[in-house]
Amino acid sequence: MPDTPDVPRPHAHVHLGVFFQGVNHTTIWSDPASGSQTDFETFRRVAQTAERGLFDAFFLGEGLRLREQNGRLHDLDVVGRPDAITQLAALAAVTTHIGLVATQNVTYNDPADLARRLASLDVLSGGRAAWNIVTTDNAWTGENFRRGGWLDHSQRYTRAAEFVRAVQAIWDGWDAPEPVRATGGTLDIEVTPTVPRTAQGHPVLFQAGDSPDGRDFAAGHAEVIFSAHGTDFDDALAFATDVRARTVAAGRPEDDLKILPGTQFVLAATDAEARDKARWVKEQQVTPATALSLLGQVWGEDLSHYDPDGPLPAHDPVIEVIGETRGSPRRGKRPHEIAQAWRARAEAEHLTIRQLVIAQERERGFVGSPSTVADELVRWVRHGASDGFNITPWLVPSGLDDVVDLLVPALQERGAYRTAYTGTTLREHLGLRAPLTHRVAAAAQV
Amino acid sequence: MSTSSVLHVGLEVDGAGAHPAAWRAAARSSSDALGPARLRDVVAAAENAGVTFVTFDDSLVPPAAGPAGRLDAVTRAAYVAPLTSRIGLVPLVHPAVTEPFHVASQLAALDHASLGRGGWFVGAGDVPGARRALDRPVAAGADLLDETADVVTVVRDLWDSWEDDAVVRDSATGRYVDRDRLHYVDFASGGEGLPAGPSSRGTADGVRAPFTVKGPSIVPRSPQGQLVVVGRAGTVPGGLLDVALVATTDAAARAREDGAPLVVVDLAVTLDAAGRLGADRRAELDGLAGVPVPATWTGSAVDLVDVLLGLRGVVDGVRLLPSELDVDLPVLVRDVLPALRVARAVPTPRPGATLRDTLGLPRPTNRHVAAAATV
Repeated sequence: MPDTPDVPRPHAHVHLGVFFQGVNHTTIWSDPASGSQTDFETFRRVAQTAERGLFDAFFLGEGLRLREQNGRLHDLDVVGRPDAITQLAALAAVTTHIGLVATQNVTYNDPADLARRLASLDVLSGGRAAWNIVTTDNAWTGENFRRGGWLDHSQRYTRAAEFVRAVQAIWDGWDAPEPVRATGGTLDIEVTPTVPRTAQGHPVLFQAGDSPDGRDFAAGHAEVIFSAHGTDFDDALAFATDVRARTVAAGRPEDDLKILPGTQFVLAATDAEARDKARWVKEQQVTPATALSLLGQVWGEDLSHYDPDGPLPAHDPVIEVIGETRGSPRRGKRPHEIAQAWRARAEAEHLTIRQLVIAQERERGFVGSPSTVADELVRWVRHGASDGFNITPWLVPSGLDDVVDLLVPALQERGAYRTAYTGTTLREHLGLRAPLTHRVAAAAQV
Repeated sequence: MSTSSVLHVGLEVDGAGAHPAAWRAAARSSSDALGPARLRDVVAAAENAGVTFVTFDDSLVPPAAGPAGRLDAVTRAAYVAPLTSRIGLVPLVHPAVTEPFHVASQLAALDHASLGRGGWFVGAGDVPGARRALDRPVAAGADLLDETADVVTVVRDLWDSWEDDAVVRDSATGRYVDRDRLHYVDFASGGEGLPAGPSSRGTADGVRAPFTVKGPSIVPRSPQGQLVVVGRAGTVPGGLLDVALVATTDAAARAREDGAPLVVVDLAVTLDAAGRLGADRRAELDGLAGVPVPATWTGSAVDLVDVLLGLRGVVDGVRLLPSELDVDLPVLVRDVLPALRVARAVPTPRPGATLRDTLGLPRPTNRHVAAAATV
């Protein structure tokens, strides 16, 4: 393809990852094609399909307490998942190239233990491990752990930075003559490392924060940012531009931090069929019970006795702010304003509760024929809106099949996707430099 | 429980071998010694020979006399899970070191990935250096016994916090799970000190920090329901164990009285191998160690077979600790286990069988189901 001045990155490739399992009501479990969400075989199938599609990475999420709503365990969505590093170690044995990303938080782990487990995965996978760093200051989650709700909200990025520095020091301190010492306001440890350096130096660092503090943290420490900006091009470009500026401000080259927004693909033979399918997907995701549950989150009470095909509640929400738990995507928002807007829209468009909730669901991801979606993905990466995408399949385990069988070939035809793995480590797949701490060390020796 | 005439054979597969100097004698670079190829070869050889289970020794901090390099045991066991089909995988996890909630999740995930062949070798003994590594109080001495009992209890509680049929996928009501089949554990440990946290830094060494666990587990109930819990007799209450490990057969009766369903004796061996007598190999390894090393059994494969046949009816199994895996394992695989198979002295694990099946242990009914049934 000739260089064109209006395409800033004319040779950029699309990088793909798969995020499994989706949280909230993403995963349609009621479909006859939906397999076990627990069996190892399901995870193996998704990981091997992604590897057949030459994906960069397979991601596992983390949730250290089962979600609740109105004080009761939430029962409508897929729930229950394996410990991430343990599951990825098993998957390492049945895959050869794909990266293996474990989401692990810095509040309810110990740096000495987590550094060792991640490094062990990195050794056993031949340099394919990554850590998706998440923070939490949630005392409710802390009820499952020795330290309880010990971390103040204002300290969570301090803790994250100190924790990550400690982990890096342990990874880098394998053959040091002295034990590794790491100190800060939130930790004070001394550890003798037990795991050698790996084929990729050390595991790749991912991070998913979106607040200004979260973006700065990523710019300072992470190598991949797993963003939520995976639907609208302008929004994604604005995010990418901001993150690159922060990366440069942190003293790094602007391409040092790869951007992989989470997203969803709905593919069909034609664009019109894909739009129909996307509507169907949303209806499957928002079951009648889920519609009432999502409504109940805004109203702050159990509305499961309402008729999902009837009108919205006439009374106002009983809460002022949507609470800190418990997996609600609208936490911290003002329920009275949302309720007012929802009622106005339902009245104007003659919508029932479920129709309204479906209509309010944010359009997410890419919908179209493989050719249409491929063109759009190429436009994104070649204009710098992202470096690729992290796909959440809405059907498991078969939800990646059409992506791998139809979309990947369309990307390859456009010269925007690898036709074979050219490296063996995740760092190589992503086109990343050596770990940040190694570069500092190398520069100091010059 | 009466002891059958079958003898289960377990095998310790950590590092270069159970002798503290094994790594000094091994002709391997540390990356080869720790890498995936060796791990899969060793476990495959054990499985092919009919070994009932392998254990993976571990420690967060390196042992004083051992090699510096060692990968996390649960991660190693999980790696070989999909590469094997019959052998039990029993990693060591220390109850005072790893978070109890993480212990339960990691081991349940191992049981899922291995289709029911997971076990837990409950770590015992003080862990010098753990407190500094973890920045929190770590129980030691007499407190460690109480701590271990509490942690094994809460891990077992968490393994039962999902009933087997909790996932109902009921389209009519939109419910993926029946929440009445999920249970909070609401566990509170004993302990006198301050809860773990920055304020507990002043706590004296070895004092127990109390903890609580709310539950339920984040992992659905695993294929075995409860993994096979293996522990040294005297370090875990017998009633919490499935398999008690004893150092000598003299301790077997006591372990059985304490309530352990199965008793397995540890046997460290240095075999005649590669044209050298076990006793000579052993003396040479001791010389390399630089620290006192407990005695091991030395001798020929034929003599070891006789010893093992004599253990039938005395204990339910033996856990072999080869001095050097590279040297002793080939002899065990080629000369010892076949002779036991010919004598019908060892069980033949079937593909697809859980570790409980192979050991003859029943699959425990979930306590919440059992409680409901008795009402």
